[in-house]
Amino acid sequence: MRLYLKYFLIHLKSVMQYKGSFFATVTGSFFTSFSVFLGVFFMFQRFHTVAGFSYEEVLLCYGIMLMGFSIAQMFASGFKVFDSMIANGEFDRILCRPRNEIFQVLAFRIDFVRIGMLLQGMVMLVYGLLSCQVDWNFPRVLTVVFMVAGGMTLFSALFLLEGAIAFFTLQGLEFMNVFTYGAIEHGKYPIGIYGRGMLLFCTFCIPYALVQYYPLLYLLGRADEWWNIFLPLAACLFVLPCWVVWRIGVRHYKSTGS
Amino acid sequence: MIEVENLCKTFRVARREAGFREAVKALFRREYETIHALDNISFSIAAGEMVGYIGPNGAGKSSTIKILSGILTPDSGLCRVNGRTPWKERTRHVQEIGVVFGQRSQLWWDVPVNDSFELLREIYNIPPAVYKRNVDELTELLSLKQLLRTPARQLSLGQRMRCEIGASLLHDPKILFLDEPTIGLDAVSKLAVREFIKRLNQQRGTTVILTTHDMQDIEALASRIILIGKGRILLDGSLEDIRRGGEQIDETVAELYKKFDVT
Repeated sequence: MRLYLKYFLIHLKSVMQYKGSFFATVTGSFFTSFSVFLGVFFMFQRFHTVAGFSYEEVLLCYGIMLMGFSIAQMFASGFKVFDSMIANGEFDRILCRPRNEIFQVLAFRIDFVRIGMLLQGMVMLVYGLLSCQVDWNFPRVLTVVFMVAGGMTLFSALFLLEGAIAFFTLQGLEFMNVFTYGAIEHGKYPIGIYGRGMLLFCTFCIPYALVQYYPLLYLLGRADEWWNIFLPLAACLFVLPCWVVWRIGVRHYKSTGS
Repeated sequence: MIEVENLCKTFRVARREAGFREAVKALFRREYETIHALDNISFSIAAGEMVGYIGPNGAGKSSTIKILSGILTPDSGLCRVNGRTPWKERTRHVQEIGVVFGQRSQLWWDVPVNDSFELLREIYNIPPAVYKRNVDELTELLSLKQLLRTPARQLSLGQRMRCEIGASLLHDPKILFLDEPTIGLDAVSKLAVREFIKRLNQQRGTTVILTTHDMQDIEALASRIILIGKGRILLDGSLEDIRRGGEQIDETVAELYKKFDVT
């Protein structure tokens, strides 16, 4: 952890070398997600509810997803550029150092500009929480925390998987974005509105529904079972298969010329 | 110190003719060619030796270094470095080696070299007293004083290479792998680097394994030469063994490449 802090400071120092570009990109990332928010806003001007969910509830849902996603993007972005780390030999360097590879890839890149998106998520979350008239108690607070943490872990796991696949293809795979960017697009609305097939897929294959739909129902008082609180933690188990693929990838690692 | 026995490593390389039609064809049916990067390599190196590992481009030099430093896993064969198998006990193995890739940097691009050193101290868990001693010593021997406060991206190649070598020695490695350490350096920097490596070997007894295309490096540094070509070891001996006297070292080596038909 102390070592991670050191890396963190190095990244911070690097970022501060290019102040102008940093603030421009942060603003950009804020407004990108803001435009998505506007899309939701205008839609509700016409329809008022989507499959039984009100505007505020959708906002709450989106805010939580966006927070998990942006934190994962900030801290696990090393895996998103992992194909180029293989190509330019950075991963060789990592293997020459006496630390865990996953730790080093995580520490290799911290994408501070995602703060813009994170702020956007927070604003939506706070607005959603205030306007939804949630009946607050300790389990519900816990649920929100678990949802954000679970979302973060789930997205990070997908980035890890994306990186691991680069071992075999030696190039990034755009189709993985279907699951990450695609999920954040879909994740604006509670997964349940897309129908049963989608809900099953997002429960058992890539467990988005576990960090989003079920606990949201609990939060809004539409489901009472206590175990909904802990479903986001169950979703974290998704890291395991991704990690296995990664381990196999490291053993197959071929490096590049010279 | 280092023992290598019957090491093999093959790569599959996709081959196709140039041109768009061929590229489309390759999408569906690809022809692979198996390249024996290493074909039954065996050698051993004792502690304190300085070994020049030479051979033409694509002979398998880098593959060997990468296996010895724990980056690649070979297909078959044994390899013990300090009593450990590099790819099996990677983290403990790399704690005791230093690696310099001439073409790649290990310094963080945007921050002063000092910060990179500090981070390496943390990564390798170097005790404060050892760290201070090494930094002081390396600063003096490699004349790094001014450079330490400069961001790595603003260093010249020669300056950067001195910092790179310094960075790979902070944790007192027993073995130092140098992959083309003098590539692209001017005469003064080359001499400085060579002089430093020599002293390192004499004073600290660090084992040095060096790959290079610069035969003057070999002449100045290596007491022993291993020649590799097409994945096989062709020659293992001292510089005097391969030299017939009178001629330039470059010519000697070119002659050898021709003799073994590895160009």
